[in-house]
Amino acid sequence: MAATLSQNPAGRRSVIAVSRLGKRYGKLVAVDDVSLEVREGEIFGLIGPNGAGKTTTMECVQGHRIPDTGTIAVLGLDPRRDANALRQRIGVQHQEAHLQKRIKVWEAVDLWASLYNRVTDGDALLARLGLDAKRDAWFMTLSGGQKQRLFIALALIHEPEVVFLDELTTGLDPQARRAIWDLVTGIRDRGATVFMTTHLMEEAERLCDRVAIIERGRIIEVGTPDELVRKHCPERSVVFTSDDEHVAERLRGMATVKLATSVGATHTIRGEGDDFVTAIIGYIANGGIRVRGFRTEIPTLEDVFLKLTGHTIRD
Amino acid sequence: MPNNFLRGFWKVSWVETKVFMREPMGFIGTIAMPAIIFVVMGRAFGATRPAGALAGVTAISPPRFNVAILAAIVIAVGAVQSLVAIIAIYREGGILKRLRATPLSPVTILGAHVAVKLGFTVVSLALVVLAGRRLFPGVMQVNVFSFSAAVLLSTLSILSLGFVLASLVPTARFAQPIGAVVMYPMVALSGLFFPLSQLPRALQAVAYALPTTHAVALLQGVWDGSGWSAHWMNVGALGLIFVVFSALSTRVFRWE
Repeated sequence: MAATLSQNPAGRRSVIAVSRLGKRYGKLVAVDDVSLEVREGEIFGLIGPNGAGKTTTMECVQGHRIPDTGTIAVLGLDPRRDANALRQRIGVQHQEAHLQKRIKVWEAVDLWASLYNRVTDGDALLARLGLDAKRDAWFMTLSGGQKQRLFIALALIHEPEVVFLDELTTGLDPQARRAIWDLVTGIRDRGATVFMTTHLMEEAERLCDRVAIIERGRIIEVGTPDELVRKHCPERSVVFTSDDEHVAERLRGMATVKLATSVGATHTIRGEGDDFVTAIIGYIANGGIRVRGFRTEIPTLEDVFLKLTGHTIRD
Repeated sequence: MPNNFLRGFWKVSWVETKVFMREPMGFIGTIAMPAIIFVVMGRAFGATRPAGALAGVTAISPPRFNVAILAAIVIAVGAVQSLVAIIAIYREGGILKRLRATPLSPVTILGAHVAVKLGFTVVSLALVVLAGRRLFPGVMQVNVFSFSAAVLLSTLSILSLGFVLASLVPTARFAQPIGAVVMYPMVALSGLFFPLSQLPRALQAVAYALPTTHAVALLQGVWDGSGWSAHWMNVGALGLIFVVFSALSTRVFRWE
């Protein structure tokens, strides 16, 4: 389909184009009329709670699941009809996957390398992912983070143009998670496009250039994390401590301030918009108000999600 | 496409072989056990066997009897118990799904498991024959080519049943009990323990529908030196079971 390779408004080539995708399992509607576009060179995140339809959507795009309705193009190819050609050009990592308990790290990489037409150097890849010391270790002896890094290695061995990562850091401790995040940005920086799913808003905010929020099989919003926060949660708060008893009262007089409350020496000032924090800082500085502590509370994707769906993502 | 089938076939088979050998008891339990049992049993019975049995004495030599039994049991255990458990574990762990996401053809993934099971069966039976030749000179004279062909046919036929079972077991936890529920009656009804003619009619019908029954008859016959033509019914039944169950398993096999 020529249309799928057209330039989008951002001026970048569309790598994945999904149009009106639908998939049900019996009576359960897993994906309902999903359309989305992933652009070349970006990290695109499909975010939503468990059971929202993230994995089903991703597996339809990979060609592992047959959609009931809709059309999908990946690199201009049909994931079902052109499955063989596409497998050489995409790399996948599945949610909660395992390998044979007693397969060695190098054996897995070697096996995967033998399956593709064009591959990168396996040992160099393991070194880049910090697995070189585990080359001869059995899969079952690896930590959660090491297992995921091995799965990333298997997804990257043939230098794919598009990499799919499904709930990559679920179940990992914060330290391992951060290490994985660096690897994911590394994938993009080397030129590949990343299509990932996550139910961790912090992860989406850190990694994704653009996100689509999916809820009960439908996409309810798309944009950069920053855009979505500005659009749906413009409220900002400044919280500071000052012994000036009348500071809250004085701030209440400012046009941009919506609410100012004080608990002891701690004052919370609420307002909206990007300029709000600057305005408050300016006021404090100009007024010569002595401040002992100062922080801002800026909404996150988590708040956007709560606002759009009426529940937190963990519910 | 043969080219497609061979992509990764030897490598997957070799990896599966290594992975299996690393299992606790992988080598002893699968490869060496039949030979060990054969040697122990053979020594126990072999001691009572009249040296240089006289012509006209109709004693059945125990080692000769044991090889066919062992072959049938090795094949049944490998195909039903072991294969069903491995496939169930691989499916539950997403290993099958991950392999399917590679350029490997589905037939290659499953074909490698067939090759590995076949390899183990052949090696463990070869050990039995070698041990037998050493310990009981003169009684292990068998047409190796003919017996190997019988082993091959029997294994493929029973493995195809194993793949259907592997498709049906819901989780890895069920693999062991379901494998056992199928395998023990299958071996019990195969004619190894009591002659089929002594079974009630209904059970006889069941017995003849099971591949092990025909495998035992064929293996025993070939071992005892009778030709394939004497067992054309068994050969036909094994072939038919292979074709039917293989076709069935391509329809019902679940990758995840």
